[in-house]
Amino acid sequence: MLKPVNVLLVGVGGQGTILASKVLAAAARAAGYDVKVSEIHGMAQRGGSVVTQVRLGEKVYSPLIAEGEADVILAFEQLEALRWLAYHKPGGTIIINNQRLYPVPVLAGAARYPDNIITLIKERVADVQVLDALQMAVECGSAKAANVVLLGALARKLPVEKAVWRQALENTVPPRFLEINNAAFTAGYGARC
Amino acid sequence: MKELLSGNAAIARGAYESGVVLAAGYPGTPSTEILENLSRYEGVYCEWAPNEKVAMEVGVGAAMAGARVLVTMKHVGVNVAADPLFTAAYTGVNGGLVLVSADDPGMHSSQNEQDNRYYARFAKVAMLEPSDSQEAKDMVRLGLEISEQFDIPVMLRITTRIAHSQSLVELAEPVAREIKPYSKDVKKNLMVPAFGRLRRVNLAERLSRLARYSEQAPVNFIVPGDDRVGVVTSGISYQFVREALPGVSILKLGMTNPLPVQLIKRFAGQVDALYVVEELEPYLEEQIRMLGLKVTGKELLPDTGELNQGLLRRSFAAAGVLPPQPPAGSPVEGLPQAPPRPPVLCPGCPHRGVFYTLQRLKLTVTGDIGCYTLGGLPPLEGMDSCVCMGASIGMAHGIDKAVPGLKGRTVAVIGDSTFLHSGITGLLNAVYNGSDITVLILDNRTTAMTGHQDHPATGRTLMGREAPAVDLAALCRSLGVQRVQVVDPLDMARLKEVIKSEVAAPGPSVIIARRPCVLLTREAGPPVTVDAEKCKGCKMCLKLSCPAISMQDGKSSVDANLCVGCNLCVQVCTAGAMKGGEAGA
Ligand SMILES: Cc1ncc(C[n+]2csc(CCOP(=O)(O)OP(=O)(O)O)c2C)c(N)n1
Repeated sequence: MLKPVNVLLVGVGGQGTILASKVLAAAARAAGYDVKVSEIHGMAQRGGSVVTQVRLGEKVYSPLIAEGEADVILAFEQLEALRWLAYHKPGGTIIINNQRLYPVPVLAGAARYPDNIITLIKERVADVQVLDALQMAVECGSAKAANVVLLGALARKLPVEKAVWRQALENTVPPRFLEINNAAFTAGYGARC
Repeated sequence: MKELLSGNAAIARGAYESGVVLAAGYPGTPSTEILENLSRYEGVYCEWAPNEKVAMEVGVGAAMAGARVLVTMKHVGVNVAADPLFTAAYTGVNGGLVLVSADDPGMHSSQNEQDNRYYARFAKVAMLEPSDSQEAKDMVRLGLEISEQFDIPVMLRITTRIAHSQSLVELAEPVAREIKPYSKDVKKNLMVPAFGRLRRVNLAERLSRLARYSEQAPVNFIVPGDDRVGVVTSGISYQFVREALPGVSILKLGMTNPLPVQLIKRFAGQVDALYVVEELEPYLEEQIRMLGLKVTGKELLPDTGELNQGLLRRSFAAAGVLPPQPPAGSPVEGLPQAPPRPPVLCPGCPHRGVFYTLQRLKLTVTGDIGCYTLGGLPPLEGMDSCVCMGASIGMAHGIDKAVPGLKGRTVAVIGDSTFLHSGITGLLNAVYNGSDITVLILDNRTTAMTGHQDHPATGRTLMGREAPAVDLAALCRSLGVQRVQVVDPLDMARLKEVIKSEVAAPGPSVIIARRPCVLLTREAGPPVTVDAEKCKGCKMCLKLSCPAISMQDGKSSVDANLCVGCNLCVQVCTAGAMKGGEAGA
């Protein structure tokens, strides 16, 4: 692997993007890659957009992903997938959680939430995977594990073995939630979407 | 052993490993996690000061007495700390002193994007600029050594992408924490003009020795490459250059004040065309041009916002250095614009009702910086201005004195942490100079904006010890404010009443709106329910800008997962459609 693999995780404050990127970085490291992670989390708790950039490869210089460079975009929410679409690299993958979270301008009637985001993206990108991570997580025992369902779906797209992912997950999440998270990871990994 | 650390965690580790005895700072993104991390290490005394000037003075004192010191702040914090900083360059140190200035190009969480590299030149202190977490850690050690060897404060200048990016760092064992002997030396440390003049000359001499050091400093080095293109760069920009321009010659500067002038000239002589890649101002470029060298920098690259490798590729392609870039064929063409997702006050935030009320009362509101600044955005729009921490009170007083039409209609709004940071002197001035302003202190018992740090009114220190909590009401009275009231901001009728009467009253008034941050208490009452029969769809409740409230089919609806039962919407609903649990729960 000469060039770094670029993963952009986008979502809304409180959706667990940070934990997902932690597991991803740990798995990439355990697989022997150089890793850089960059996150903007200043306003994460206030319901703003959050984005984490993860790059893995033999040698990584920049911690940032430029527009048109993301091999995988993992979108925790539909609108955020749309917002960050310019970062999609031709030939890359977009994984979208079909959840919708309405920003305040939409709630207040000052802006409209586009209603066919997934169709629009599918018209432009060949490899789009859509899953209902929230529902899948609920089936695994907790809605809070939606981020790990998404991580499972991401894992299949990256050059890191499944066992390494599992170990990274085990090292990152608290033991009492491990069972649920393992189930969530498996559900995401095996998802046909 | 290597660990994946953010630049901030790496700086904390560096301070721990290099024998730092004392660390002080004031929170501010992107610097805050440095002290939060450092305070978890055994044996290093860490504190939040009420503001950056005090933090700097604490550091200068400890260093004078022989301790190794780390002082941390965000870029605008250095404005506050500039007074001690400039003269500390004259006195010098004894134990090493490193000041971390965390700049925020692109203004991810700041009110401006000033380039603090100019401070190093202006204050005449040494400056180091790391380009990843490993260098961030190593440069704490190097900075302390330089500081002690050249008897000068050292500024470690980082940016958001250094502070908040993680990369691999080799850990080391800590050295012993030692305190150098202190002996009284007034000619060095007591800056009256006669001694100041001596130290000024001495400072010039120290700086010229530092300039010689910079020529062979290990952190200034050439990455050899194709000598048709030579790039001078520092900090995070170095990584973008490595990424976008593989194979070019690079002069990587880790020490950017004083600059290694001979090294730069030598490098320029080796390459056909000389470029500078730096974020924000043409700091390096101007100095290089003053050496009589021909150099390209800001003609090619923007002097606002952040850089990245994509931007560099496009710019260097335009300059003919790189082959033309294939058109990106962006997938976004023809797509609807994503509506913005601005940060908002949390459901149950005690600040919300204050801004709703201020907007209704049509007062002129000078604001300040904190979570509550969000109360100035639509649809709350209860704030007219925000300039810098503490500005609200002085600005309100200025309006009150200068503009008769606004006299007695002007309110300053300031958070508890911000009031203690730099609001006290403004209030003292308002009392002294006979203001009619009303000051609202939004006392949510924490520094919420930057992630809930303690401050002198919370009763706890950074290291988790109990502390005396300053009584804000008593403090305001002691400054001479006669009218001081405490209200619960969730009781909107009373809040409105009090604001109206205090604005009308002559002389300065203080209203302390006290209610802990919801994220601090995590207390939730029963969620509000909506009686759809009664809801007229008037959208009054939407004016509260609460993420839990939306309109569904023309009727208002409350998301029970988000609602914490603050009951503000119950209070603003004129149709009696919103049903709460017990009031104010
Ligand atoms: C000089 C300076 N230092 C630090 C900051 C970062 N900062 C912005 S607001 C704030 C404090 C906010 O606390 P408070 O006033 O209590 O309001 P809250 O966020 O709790 O509502 C801080 C530390 C800054 N903008 N300027």
